[in-house]
Amino acid sequence: MFYRETGQFKTNYQKDQQVFPIAQDRVFVALLLIVAFGVVPFVANEYWLQAILIPFLIFSLAAVGLNLLTGYAGQVSLGTGAFMAVGAYATYKITTNIPEINIIIVFLLSGGIAALVGILFGLPSLRIKGFYLAVATLAAQFFILWLFNKVGWFYNDNPSGTITAPPRTLFGIMISGPRATAEVRYFVALIFLVGFTIVAKNIVRGRIGRSWMAIRDMDIAAEIIGIEPLKTKLMAFAVSSFYCGVAGALSVFVWLGSAETEAFDIFLSFQILFMIIIGGLGSIMGSIVGAAFITLVPIFLTNAPALFGLPISTDLSKHIEEIVFGGLIVYLLIVEPHGFARLWQIGKEKLRQWPFPY
Amino acid sequence: MELLNILFVAPFLDMADSPVFFAEVVITGLLTGIMYSLVALGFVLIFKASGVFNFAQGAMVLFAALTLVGLMERGVPIPFALAGTVLVMIALAMLIERMMLRHLVNQEGIILFMATIGLNFLLEGAGQIAWGSNVKVLDIGIPDQSFEVYGILLNQFDLFAAGTGAVLVTTLAVFFQKTTIGRALRAVADDHQAALSVGIPLKTIWVIVWSVSGIVALVAGIMWGAKSGVQFSLSLIALKALPVLILGGFTSVPGAIIGGLIIGVGEKIAEIYWGPAFGGAIEGWFAYMLALAFLMFRPQGLFGEKIIERV
Repeated sequence: MFYRETGQFKTNYQKDQQVFPIAQDRVFVALLLIVAFGVVPFVANEYWLQAILIPFLIFSLAAVGLNLLTGYAGQVSLGTGAFMAVGAYATYKITTNIPEINIIIVFLLSGGIAALVGILFGLPSLRIKGFYLAVATLAAQFFILWLFNKVGWFYNDNPSGTITAPPRTLFGIMISGPRATAEVRYFVALIFLVGFTIVAKNIVRGRIGRSWMAIRDMDIAAEIIGIEPLKTKLMAFAVSSFYCGVAGALSVFVWLGSAETEAFDIFLSFQILFMIIIGGLGSIMGSIVGAAFITLVPIFLTNAPALFGLPISTDLSKHIEEIVFGGLIVYLLIVEPHGFARLWQIGKEKLRQWPFPY
Repeated sequence: MELLNILFVAPFLDMADSPVFFAEVVITGLLTGIMYSLVALGFVLIFKASGVFNFAQGAMVLFAALTLVGLMERGVPIPFALAGTVLVMIALAMLIERMMLRHLVNQEGIILFMATIGLNFLLEGAGQIAWGSNVKVLDIGIPDQSFEVYGILLNQFDLFAAGTGAVLVTTLAVFFQKTTIGRALRAVADDHQAALSVGIPLKTIWVIVWSVSGIVALVAGIMWGAKSGVQFSLSLIALKALPVLILGGFTSVPGAIIGGLIIGVGEKIAEIYWGPAFGGAIEGWFAYMLALAFLMFRPQGLFGEKIIERV
């Protein structure tokens, strides 16, 4: 009754091609943004921001990046964690050596460095495909982390081997380091996510996105109709790694405060792959919903026994958490292999006909 | 100049200096390689028969070893404990088929892959809840003494592992080539639909193949467990087997063996002769780089089926 495009006439092509062609969608997204910017930071307490919302935003950004590569360009990558590490270490290196540069610009620069590394490790994708490629990207994962661990230059030779976010300000407001407030850091992460999501959405519905999808659906056919696999695949790796790099930089500078290479290990890569598969391959919104799900479920599971007043040892609850998490993933894949994005689609169709489904 | 010397001259001089030591390194590498092959075999079996890239193989190794140790700790004699573990693995295979695979028929490879990662979490959690998560010693009476042949130090346990690997591979080869079930398995691997249409029961085949790879996982679990103790890190062996897989090809049993040997030897030689130049601990990624280098020339692995693509 309420969700129907009856009477919304498109009078020019621009209106026909916009991101949200239905007015109700536009209202919904606008409301979501108003809540995210205007309500959440003033309502949520420190714990919610630091433990749930900021990681959710950062993982969303990484998931959007990986979805560009895996969901749209069809190249499975298990090296996400490493690309995030590149972003984080590059930011650390640049901002500690040249503190004058604005931290936002440093984030973007590090994204660029991550993109270069992504191109390098994307080169095998021209020769190998499918699972062979997925395993080959693990080379990036293990090699890069080993490099950051072994070579002191990357963490300025400090004895602890960790990188720590130094205090940096933007327009006189502290946005990174231990003295930055959670609200400010939330805003930084949110602005990055919203900005980059808009960019991603517009990439995938334009020429570049179409060429990625052509490569994904069948690369030989795509090559025959004039899409260069070399350029297209490497561009996908570059853009995706850029996103992951920025997300990695944010994860150290506005979330964790300090990190070792363990923070970016292979389980992070799997986690982000989970997000886009649970959320929906080839859907920007799906990546964000998937990120919310994968971030929230473990936190819920950790707190659930205490919530119900069950006395369970931490060791046991960790294993139960593993079982429930694993089971839930298998269950979700069985119920809807195309993820939350498909559920959302089905829900919208239903809603459109409601309450008269004929 | 210094760097070039370390990378390209010194290691070879070292090798030439003490051929006996070099031979020892190679043999240790070969024997480790067989251990990798044992894990990789389980992957290959399942991938051949059902096209599932089973990431949970490492967790299955852990689960099998934990079950065996758990039974033995409760005073079950070794033969019965072994039989019991085999039964558990078969039951597990049936459960996986019924609860998971059956509902995921015809899904894309990546969905199945993610489902097995979910299964991986499930098995790790379940195994450790059922049998405890502390490090356990697995001792099923394999002799562990070193002796010398022509000045080369050999270890009885490693030789035993090699022998087991050889027996296992021969059995599997015979099973695949000569028995009716084996032929059915190969038919399913070739083409699911064609196999179904000539009356091969797909679901039974899946149960069989998951059981067989469960048993292979048990053998791998015994070998690794006896060597380094049964503990959580056993499931990370899957990560060691992956480069073996892409090197040998996902669909080839001999590939898993040869791949394992190449990775094992390459890794040991690299660690001992080139490791110092890189600051050590290069074992974690060297295997992947080696496999990647091979893949550049043969994208389907050494023994994988040639990929023919048509529009």
